[in-house]
Amino acid sequence: MSLLEVRDLKKHFPIRTGVLKRTTGYVYAVDGVSFDVEKGETMGLVGESGGGKSTVGRTVLRLTPATGGHVTFEGIDVMRASRPEMQKLRRDMQVVFQDPYASLNPRMRIRNIVGEALIIHDIGTEAERKQRVAELLEIVGLNSEHAERYPHEFSGGQRQRIGIARALALNPKLIVLDEPVSALDVSIRAQVLNLLEDLQDELDLTYLFVSHDLSVVKHISDRVAVMYLGKIVEISDSAVLYNHPQHPYTEALLSAVPIPDPHTERARRRIILEGDVPSPANPPKGCVFHPRCPRPQEICTTAMPRLVATPGADAGERHQVACYFPARFKEGGRYIADEPFREALPEPPS
Amino acid sequence: MPDWDERQKPERDVYGTQLTQAETIDARSSEEVIEERVEEATKPLGLWADTWRRLRRNRLALVGLGVIIVFLCIGTVETIFYEAHWHVRPGSDVSAANAPGYLAPYDPNEVNYALSPEGLGSPPSWSHPFGTDYLGRDVLSRTLIATRIAMLVGIIAVAIALTLGLLLGPVSGYYGGAIDTVIMRLADVFFAFPYILFVLLIMSVLGAGFQNVFIAIGILGWATFARISRGQVLSVKSMEYVEAARAQGAGDLRIIFRHVLPNSMAPVYVAMAMAIGGAIATEAALSYLGIGVQPPNSSWGLMIAESVNYLAAGNWWWLLFPSLALVATVFGFISFGNGLRDATDPKLKE
Amino acid sequence: MAERLLDIRDLSTYFFTHAGVVKAVNGVSFTLHRGETIGIVGESGSGKTVAALSLMRLIADPPGKIVEGTLMLGDRDLRALTDAEMRGVRGNDIAMIFQDPMTSLNPVMKIGKQIAEAIVLHQDKGRGEAWRMAAELLARVGIPDADKRVDQYPFEFSGGMRQRAMIAMAISCNPDVLIADEPTTALDVTIQAQIIDVMREMQAQFDSGVILITHDLGVIAEISDKVMVMYGGRTVEYGPVDEIFYNAHHPYTWGLLASLPRLDATEKARLTPIKGQPPNLITLPGGCPFTARCPYRRPECRDQWPQPESVGLDHGVSCWIPEEQRLALRAELPHSKAPAA
Repeated sequence: MSLLEVRDLKKHFPIRTGVLKRTTGYVYAVDGVSFDVEKGETMGLVGESGGGKSTVGRTVLRLTPATGGHVTFEGIDVMRASRPEMQKLRRDMQVVFQDPYASLNPRMRIRNIVGEALIIHDIGTEAERKQRVAELLEIVGLNSEHAERYPHEFSGGQRQRIGIARALALNPKLIVLDEPVSALDVSIRAQVLNLLEDLQDELDLTYLFVSHDLSVVKHISDRVAVMYLGKIVEISDSAVLYNHPQHPYTEALLSAVPIPDPHTERARRRIILEGDVPSPANPPKGCVFHPRCPRPQEICTTAMPRLVATPGADAGERHQVACYFPARFKEGGRYIADEPFREALPEPPS
Repeated sequence: MPDWDERQKPERDVYGTQLTQAETIDARSSEEVIEERVEEATKPLGLWADTWRRLRRNRLALVGLGVIIVFLCIGTVETIFYEAHWHVRPGSDVSAANAPGYLAPYDPNEVNYALSPEGLGSPPSWSHPFGTDYLGRDVLSRTLIATRIAMLVGIIAVAIALTLGLLLGPVSGYYGGAIDTVIMRLADVFFAFPYILFVLLIMSVLGAGFQNVFIAIGILGWATFARISRGQVLSVKSMEYVEAARAQGAGDLRIIFRHVLPNSMAPVYVAMAMAIGGAIATEAALSYLGIGVQPPNSSWGLMIAESVNYLAAGNWWWLLFPSLALVATVFGFISFGNGLRDATDPKLKE
Repeated sequence: MAERLLDIRDLSTYFFTHAGVVKAVNGVSFTLHRGETIGIVGESGSGKTVAALSLMRLIADPPGKIVEGTLMLGDRDLRALTDAEMRGVRGNDIAMIFQDPMTSLNPVMKIGKQIAEAIVLHQDKGRGEAWRMAAELLARVGIPDADKRVDQYPFEFSGGMRQRAMIAMAISCNPDVLIADEPTTALDVTIQAQIIDVMREMQAQFDSGVILITHDLGVIAEISDKVMVMYGGRTVEYGPVDEIFYNAHHPYTWGLLASLPRLDATEKARLTPIKGQPPNLITLPGGCPFTARCPYRRPECRDQWPQPESVGLDHGVSCWIPEEQRLALRAELPHSKAPAA
């Protein structure tokens, strides 16, 4: 049993207009997302804005209620857990946010911020809590004397460490990291990434790492899921995804990321997608990517392909793609079949 | 040990390069100096220190603050001694002579016909700097003791309004939906009524008298605080630190009163300053109309009312001094409130 | 050699605040030629944006002030121009694209009007003609349905399109110099690629010089011809793009290159971060701003600024470590990058 199992997760935000606030439509932020996260691994979730990845993170933690689907943590149904069950679950699932300036209450001292969870869950005596906070601060590389200070006295990178310390307070098993380094200076990012990796080893943590920065995600993740308009279009082991992307969106995404190496940059073949990222309030019919796809066909307008493994893929069953014409890699070459991949159809042929 | 720990002084630098003995010694000394300098210089000002600095530059606000302080001092002293030494009941024979430590030079209620020839009082003189009124009472003493009334009204009435407002406002803003609509429409009703009329209405229900003034003003004042705090709560509740608290398992109550409310207070403080000024003015108006403080107690409004009839006879001092006191106090609160608002406005350029 | 457009020497811009003097830009020099793109790389506090704003004389005074430096645009001294003359330069000879397209466009003014404004101001054209040109420009930067779009408000545009509209505004008067301040940071990666493409096209069409300000070394590698690395208000290294990436001489540059997670990394190596925090510009001692974080610092680094020394063709570095020792240190770095042969 995986630590975290997500099945067909949906989150639709109603759009309310008019004086009477009638629901005129929905934003399909997350529309049928499924994946598993094994204990001890890092699952990366990449995508662009409107792709739904942040919403997945929040919904998995039940910070926002899901519209449909199942999330199972260690066998427990997160969506339908009772209040006391949820309180227990909260100790095992924690979150680190993106904005180091907004994620800490400016009017609370660090020791209260980091130790709040201990008070909420009634753990330890006052003295024990104090010691635990000091421990946590040391773990993330801060001075335990900093506990008496306020957030504004710290830099962005330090605040992010405080956020990490807060997430660790209850010895969680899973941490959802929502763009944890995007708001930090480039030279600080490596510090925090190394810290996260070390903590994962030392404390046996599992990460769900949400980010739009593909280089960062590649570095830290074991597996990566690519999201587009609320759906996962490809999911695979990290190295395989980056070397042998099967979905056209993944290819385009990878080719768009600038690499800090002038020779490589000059030699690269760029795939430039036309048009804008469509709004998740109005997703295209059929495959959500087909209007921007460089190789759309007739069948792509009929129905959204299912996420399935292609035969002969590098990672076998662990590499799944939602496309009728995924790229295949054989004998060092890349080719695309003429015939659509029938397994991806909603009702596959028997 | 992880290499991002900044307090470590390794023999190898972060790139794995072996530092020679000489370099280590040199590096250490300047590093210590630099760390120390950077450490002390990077402590930004506290949360209120910044506001105070900006406030200091606003002369009018400082004058207002000075007036407020004087006013509070007088009022506090009066209040401390009042209950002990002054029971204003008809027939009481307590007087200034046997009331040690009282701030007013004379018994404000001591009727002394000798000082009021023709029932018109005596003008300001060395022994009575503000003169005496038609009953021979010392105007200075009456003015001073009226300060107590004004202060009590200001503080207690606003405290009542604040409590009600800070209960309903944050709840309204945090939960939204039907609760929000109901509470805000209720506030609208309170706003729609002409203020004085509403106060008179309540006073006529409760009956005249000093304590009822607090209640009347307090009950009507909640709407302003509710609306202001609700507005702040709306923006604060979507801050990431609130989400973080939720992820830790905090319940709504804790979130509202520990996280949201403390960060919503800045404009509330401004409103408080203004409201106290307003409450004092309202009390004066009520007393003027005869339904506030009752004689023989003294309130500025009452003194003004009493003096109006005699103005034609040229007794300007009965009117002037209480009016000055009233205007100075209210103006003090309003200037300070304005200054506070300017000082806490992050967008105002320095 | 192409025509020299900009010659900036020893630019210093200080901010005089209640807390002290912030030396945001401290003795920065560079040149820009036609058709050339210079990338200015730095993090927060490096001074790169302030340097660009100083060029345009857009620094609020008080509290900021250009205390020193010659800013030559062609043969015109920008510091000597009157306010009116400077207004004639802005938007016309030097144009700027700002970082956040959400906030740098006027939300209550139609896009067409905002573009036309610059045209009417600088090019003596009537309103009608200016609108027509605005629509043309929108089409040129790749906005579909330009005729309809020109009549719309910014909120009706997506992020990528707003940035294109900003580019259209910037090129409307055929500027010689285009300053792009973090033009793609707020955009999605696929849109980023589009915008960089558009910028490249526009540069080619107008043969302008481009100053690209960013912290993203990938974008720098993509379109810069030469690079200036800034830290704490100073230029620590500058040179042609290949030199900076493959033959870097400054410890900060090494640190930056080594700390980046790369898309094309083959093994899961550990990143090597730079210790410490970005500098506090008020309390910087007079020497090299990187001293507190530099693993190789020497006693003279803190208080004395090393003058730039040449280490290659048009490649200079400011560092007290002697060249041979620098090369030796670099060779020991775990991620030593030799030029891809």
